[in-house]
Amino acid sequence: MSNTANEQLLRNFILENYLFTDDQSKLDNANSFLDTGILDSMGILELIYFLDEELSIKVETDEMVPANLDSINNLLGFIEKKTA
Amino acid sequence: MTDNTYGLDPVLAIDFDKEVERITGRMREILSGELHRRGFVIAMSGGIDSSVCAALAVKALGPKKVFGLLMPEQDSSSTSGDLGKLLAEHLGIEYTVDNIAPALEALGCYQWRDDAIRDVFPDYTSDWKNKIIIEGGLDGKINHFNVVVENPAGERFEKILPLKSYLTIVAATNNKQRVRKTLEYFHADRFNYAVIGTPNRLEYDQGFFVKNGDGSADIKPISHLYKSQVYAMAKHLGLPDAICNSTPTTDTYSLEQGQDEFYFALPYKKMDVAVWCLNNGKSEAELAEKIEITEEQAKFVYLDILSKRRTTDYLHKKAVQVEPVELSF
Repeated sequence: MSNTANEQLLRNFILENYLFTDDQSKLDNANSFLDTGILDSMGILELIYFLDEELSIKVETDEMVPANLDSINNLLGFIEKKTA
Repeated sequence: MTDNTYGLDPVLAIDFDKEVERITGRMREILSGELHRRGFVIAMSGGIDSSVCAALAVKALGPKKVFGLLMPEQDSSSTSGDLGKLLAEHLGIEYTVDNIAPALEALGCYQWRDDAIRDVFPDYTSDWKNKIIIEGGLDGKINHFNVVVENPAGERFEKILPLKSYLTIVAATNNKQRVRKTLEYFHADRFNYAVIGTPNRLEYDQGFFVKNGDGSADIKPISHLYKSQVYAMAKHLGLPDAICNSTPTTDTYSLEQGQDEFYFALPYKKMDVAVWCLNNGKSEAELAEKIEITEEQAKFVYLDILSKRRTTDYLHKKAVQVEPVELSF
């Protein structure tokens, strides 16, 4: 899947399931999910489940760090690394 | 001030005589002025928190206005029941033992839990033992959960829990705290008493309780006291040694499980100091020096405390009204 398609998939997942809106302006790709309160640590675990189900990306325990998972940009960078 | 500090870190030292007087005075005021009830119901697990709360309730009202409840189930250790009885007899209060295992069985608590464990360990059967442990916080990772099982031959296995299995196991075991609370309110209703909630400050701060389970209560007498202060208070109140020297456990899973491996990043004495340092604006370097961890770990501990506060904020919330309704009387 292309980077743009991944971006849209992830953005829609967050917008639909955590912000309950389709208003794209409500989510900035650079913002930390944790700092902005969009996700808590349980939300990040749900996101990990989503990555596995939708993109077949297995997140190893060593990879469960905010630098990989805590914003749309971080996620896109992580997916790129994992699929390189 | 008493010179007995019970080995507490100096920042947590308090005058226990004054504190007992303050808490018991407030318990009477709250019962009379705010709750309008005639006594206290307390569930006694044999652990340090409920034991201290029960002793404070007796100090506040005398033994005749305090009713104790021991509510074991199939995964409770036999020690917890023994300690609960020891305490009730030490305090001279009336108490009852209600085994909640049949109620939990009827609700499907054990079945749901065991099925979820079998998602990960297909050979698991109900004669195996189990527990859940937390990982991540101290290493700066997102907290996640592993299940540990032990077969009848004593062999242990551990695997990371997929989110759905974890949530189901926790949801099933939360029935234990909720069924207990149902019984506490049954007895409170029949005596016109108030229910005591027993969280200490660490548990209250970090959301280590079940919403509408042990988190539900009419009064929380020790939610401002750090766990080490509660241990010291138990000694100050002269509670039996077996209670004062007990190790904090969840008493929820069949394998022995410390609270720190289930939930907190550090053993309670260090967690107390870490939360105190965070609350009092101490730097990561100061925390690291105080509890002998690296500065990087201190940073992760602070982040973990804040993350747990955020994640469990929902547990503290009452039902949120769309439009708040003010009641006057």
